[in-house]
Amino acid sequence: MIRSLYIAAKDLKAEFRTKQMFNSMLIFSLIVLVVFSISFGDFLGDSSKVEKLAPGVLWVAFTFAGMLGLSRTFVMESENGCLEALKLCPVDRSAIYTGKVFSNLIIVFLMEIVTLPFFVVLFNYSLDSGTLLLLGLVLLLGTLGFIVVGTLLSALTLSTRTRELLLPVLLLPVLLPVLIPGVEATAGVLAGNGLSGISSELRLLAVYDLIFFAVSHLVFEYAISD
Amino acid sequence: MAANSRKTGVLAALAAGVMLLAVYMIFFYLPPIRGEGGEVLSGSFRIFFFHMPIAITSYLAFVVVFVSSVFYLREKALKWDIYARSAAEIGALFSFLVLVTGSIWAKDAWGWYWIWDLRLTTSLVLFLVYLAYLMLRKSLEEPEKRARLAAVFGIMGFLSVPLSFLSIRLWRSAHPLMFGGNTGGSGGSGLEGTALQLTLAVNFIAYILLFAALFAVKVENERMQEAVDEKRYGEFEEGL
Repeated sequence: MIRSLYIAAKDLKAEFRTKQMFNSMLIFSLIVLVVFSISFGDFLGDSSKVEKLAPGVLWVAFTFAGMLGLSRTFVMESENGCLEALKLCPVDRSAIYTGKVFSNLIIVFLMEIVTLPFFVVLFNYSLDSGTLLLLGLVLLLGTLGFIVVGTLLSALTLSTRTRELLLPVLLLPVLLPVLIPGVEATAGVLAGNGLSGISSELRLLAVYDLIFFAVSHLVFEYAISD
Repeated sequence: MAANSRKTGVLAALAAGVMLLAVYMIFFYLPPIRGEGGEVLSGSFRIFFFHMPIAITSYLAFVVVFVSSVFYLREKALKWDIYARSAAEIGALFSFLVLVTGSIWAKDAWGWYWIWDLRLTTSLVLFLVYLAYLMLRKSLEEPEKRARLAAVFGIMGFLSVPLSFLSIRLWRSAHPLMFGGNTGGSGGSGLEGTALQLTLAVNFIAYILLFAALFAVKVENERMQEAVDEKRYGEFEEGL
């Protein structure tokens, strides 16, 4: 556990030195929001329509931007033989996975937090602090599910010929069970339902996160050994 | 090899025979189907006897993929990889057929080809996972790596299907159904009576036999392919 935190710290240090991945994800998700906001321009005055559209838009933006970052996590390591060095570390292979999950989760979640105010402005929401906290919880659980699967599949696609193209193809069908409750819970929070209104979605998200984390943790070794 | 292909031949002949019987039963043996009010339902209900066995078989094929993937990672034996890839290809075909037969039936029964119903969406997820699995296999060249990575994805994909079933159920219960009552489309009350049950059972046997026959042919094919590859690459190495 401590060792995977070291790996996560290494990744975060490397990332925040350049902020390459963070910036491109952030700008991408902002652009997605703006594109949707332009194409739905006529509806934005009608709050009942916004209520139906906006949660989906938010998750589309986060999913695609997150995928952009995920496809980089292991490509970054494959330069200069870093992955070999990482595999030589005297740690369990699954510690590499856990570390990568931590660092990806932090980077993507930060990206989401920075994007969120733009979303609120573009789609004309006014949220109080309780709703914001709850929204943060939903985003955290949903993003964790996304990262847990995405990190494994990113390692899986590393050695394929068309890795950037293949990652979304593999990731989206597996991700569907986390996107549906994620969007539903987000819609519930934005509509002003409290914690009790979205508890079944939250439970499903948590179960999804746990199951996929456990299984990915077990099979990660096979995904990167060679 | 010869004994093997004779067995496959017998299996295929058996599947063809039972399939013929199943089709005969659907069109000639079945009495007209009556709804709850006793009125005769449209004949399109008969597609259900294709639809449901195909659906169950496509899930069965995915169980084969999952089990073979787990055993491949444990034992690293080539035969498990052959089983996994054979079952995945047939499963992709079957899950596509589920969507086609389901859509045809839905168009006639409800007037829509597609609704975001629980079972429809789960079948769609299954089909997409199969496609992704086959895509992954296509983009890897080294046989050992291809088998290993495909096994990892086979396990992940298998898990996502029941979980999507759960999450879609949640999604649908949060919204009112667009259609009253019988949206699930299992035919509910229509399934009493021995004639119907018998027809369904024969169709089940027919499709499971069809799957077994296709699987046997495919496995044999893949084995021959492996043998050819071995010969070819063997010669290539000698040439060097």
